[in-house]
Amino acid sequence: MRIRFLIPVVTFVGIAVMMWYALFNLNPTEIPTELVSRPAPEFSLEPVPGYGPGLAQQDLATGKVILLNVFASWCVACMAEHPFFMELKAQDTVDIFGLNYKDTPDGAAKWLARHGNPYKRTGMDLKGRVGIDFGVYGVPETFVISPDGKILDKIIGPVSPDMFESRIRPLLNEAGS
Amino acid sequence: MVAEIGQFVLILALITAIFQGVFPLIGAARNSQPMMRFANNAAFVQFAAITGAFICLTVGYITSDFSILNVANNSHSLKPMLYKISGVWGNHEGSLLLWSWILALFGLAVAVFGRNLPDSLKARVLSVQGLVGVGFLMFILFTSNPFERIDPAPLDGSGLNPLLQDPGLAFHPPFLYLGYVGLSITFSFAIAALIEGKVDPAWARWVRPWTLAAWGFLTIGIALGSWWAYYELGWGGWWFWDPVENASFMPWLAATALLHSAIVVEKRDALKNWTILLAIVAFSLSLLGTFLVRSGVLNSVHAFATDPARGVFILMFLIVVIGGSLLLYGIRAPMMKGGGLFAPISREGALVLNNLLLSTATATILLGTLYPIFLDAITGAKVSVGPPYFEATFIPLAIPLIIAMAFGPFLAWKRGDLAGVVSRLKFALLLSLLLVGVIWWQQTDTPIMALVGLGLFGWLVIGSLLEWTERIKLFRGPLSASWRRMTQLPRSAHGMTVAHIGVALVILGITASETWQTEHLGVMRPGEIVSVGGYDFRFDGAETVAGPNYDAVRGTFLASTGIEKGVYLYPEQRRYSDPPMETTEAAIRPMLSADLYAVIGEEDGKGGYAVRIYHKPFISWIWIGAFVMFLGGALSLSDRRLRLGAARRARQQEAAVKSLEGAKG
Repeated sequence: MRIRFLIPVVTFVGIAVMMWYALFNLNPTEIPTELVSRPAPEFSLEPVPGYGPGLAQQDLATGKVILLNVFASWCVACMAEHPFFMELKAQDTVDIFGLNYKDTPDGAAKWLARHGNPYKRTGMDLKGRVGIDFGVYGVPETFVISPDGKILDKIIGPVSPDMFESRIRPLLNEAGS
Repeated sequence: MVAEIGQFVLILALITAIFQGVFPLIGAARNSQPMMRFANNAAFVQFAAITGAFICLTVGYITSDFSILNVANNSHSLKPMLYKISGVWGNHEGSLLLWSWILALFGLAVAVFGRNLPDSLKARVLSVQGLVGVGFLMFILFTSNPFERIDPAPLDGSGLNPLLQDPGLAFHPPFLYLGYVGLSITFSFAIAALIEGKVDPAWARWVRPWTLAAWGFLTIGIALGSWWAYYELGWGGWWFWDPVENASFMPWLAATALLHSAIVVEKRDALKNWTILLAIVAFSLSLLGTFLVRSGVLNSVHAFATDPARGVFILMFLIVVIGGSLLLYGIRAPMMKGGGLFAPISREGALVLNNLLLSTATATILLGTLYPIFLDAITGAKVSVGPPYFEATFIPLAIPLIIAMAFGPFLAWKRGDLAGVVSRLKFALLLSLLLVGVIWWQQTDTPIMALVGLGLFGWLVIGSLLEWTERIKLFRGPLSASWRRMTQLPRSAHGMTVAHIGVALVILGITASETWQTEHLGVMRPGEIVSVGGYDFRFDGAETVAGPNYDAVRGTFLASTGIEKGVYLYPEQRRYSDPPMETTEAAIRPMLSADLYAVIGEEDGKGGYAVRIYHKPFISWIWIGAFVMFLGGALSLSDRRLRLGAARRARQQEAAVKSLEGAKG
């Protein structure tokens, strides 16, 4: 066996190891560092009709860690995380605010009536302007907000119980202690 | 019910694929005819089963069955039928089903047309093909099931991304997959050859048409994708060196190299190990592309919804397929017998140079694509490697490649005469220098790269035509003799000339549009006129119009040179309702000399609109060139020497004689 014929496979092993590492340890969708620990952008929105008070920048500084969930009635992936949010609400684990993104008031209200309302406050971002300030590029997205209204982290895609334990729970504990 | 049938036949396909992967391989080792022949039947059943699954999913889309999660996520009852159907493969799960279907289709093609292949080789090829199928079907069934149900079913689907509701994009993935999967056949042949321990010219005669076909489909697929980006994204760009674009470009480069090295194997029985390695690498790059897009390792505008479980599965699959085949190569390749010898200056030598440059280009693109991952892994820094890197590395490799492209076909096999070739090409050199001189004289501040690009265009076109006229001895005797020679020339020779000219046209399009593009960006009020690229663009205002499932602001521009009657351009800014999304519909007037390209944006509140107007000289030639390249490939594929099924023993001998003649000529 001549060594030079093994060069391709050795090269590939190197690439595979790197990818393996990347898959488990890196996240390309991680929030860009410049948004973290910055105050949330300024905004003020009307609530979804019939669902709690509206939502504005100053409402986010609640003295405890909260979640700001971007949702829409047209978003099927939102249905995946919704039951878990209902559970969080029932257990009173964390307060969740809902940012209704590029939706209609009627559609959002019907959706919440049908699937239940996990949100303390809701705000309707009908044209998606606030979403732009938050850097939303897909629904659902969930922001973790600090007691003084700063962005601590952002989760892209549905929040799963696993993800809650690994990414959100530590932030809750940190603030609680 | 449809979903359950689909699910069932998909499981059936998986079981068949497992059998197809195992039994013929054992049969070939034990020389058992029944076990080897089983491969044919298995290939047929596998194809029928996946066809069934594909039909089931398509029925789900056509009937808007939103109880299927995949349909609910990607379709909408109001969507036009064409896009309901293209929605079948416009998502992660469906596109994988299409992948597997094409894989099974090509496997069936080998089973049906490969009657003249040695039994053991055919059994091994089909078996490898079956094993690749096992990987894909398991991936579909365990991580990306297109037939998953949703309860309760939504009243309507969440719609397909309106950006993707476009004819260019409806057919972009199928062509790309035909190309990717076509390379799986050459991969299977390479692995079978490694197991058998021998490669003969008959092997190359099989590998070449499959490579050609895969290459042709990839060319069309990539061209459609870049055309779509050009007119739909509204940035006026057509290539962004995005990881996903690179993922399709790398297999294309590798396939181009493979195409050329397979000629050497066929005609001269040399470069065998290298060709096998290229076949493995080309398919590996296709798989790597799939991985990069779907695993979530790299972020891209094209990325499908990602899921870590999928990433793990794909990576395991890649390690088994790529790692396994490269290891097999490392062990078996040294035992292959070498073939004919040749001098560095020869047709073979030119093809080796072509291969070196193409594979270096592939490697630099791979490095640029993976570099952000490496850097992130080692230092934690997030970077994106953009066009500057790719242009700085790719162009210096492309220039010698193109210079050699005109030289190569003139060189004789085994030992060429460089001085003779130079003297025959001096006409091309002279003319292309003249072209550069004229352009420089017209405009002395022309960027140097533009002069280089146009010089290369002239060199390649004239060089290719000279070679062609030489072959048919045009003007060196009666025209009737030349005509006879032309009709007798193998179609693959015509194909080469056409494909090389296609490359030259692409160079022309890129160089001219990059160099002489003019643009106007800014706010325009109705009645205002701006001059861009020799055209006066008059803005006639904008109005709101309603489309079937969107509202749009439509602007009206009149572009005229003052001599002819002008043309109207109607760019739109569309707002879709389901899902809420805005898209830019650029208005493009394609002409052979230039494209006029207009985009309308937001109103500024004072009656003006943000507009972008471009004049892009010769840009259409990029896609015309790509199509000409495809035509060259198709012409070459239609060569009777390579035609599938046209290879009974007698004809094979005739072909061998012909190719000998071709080798002399």
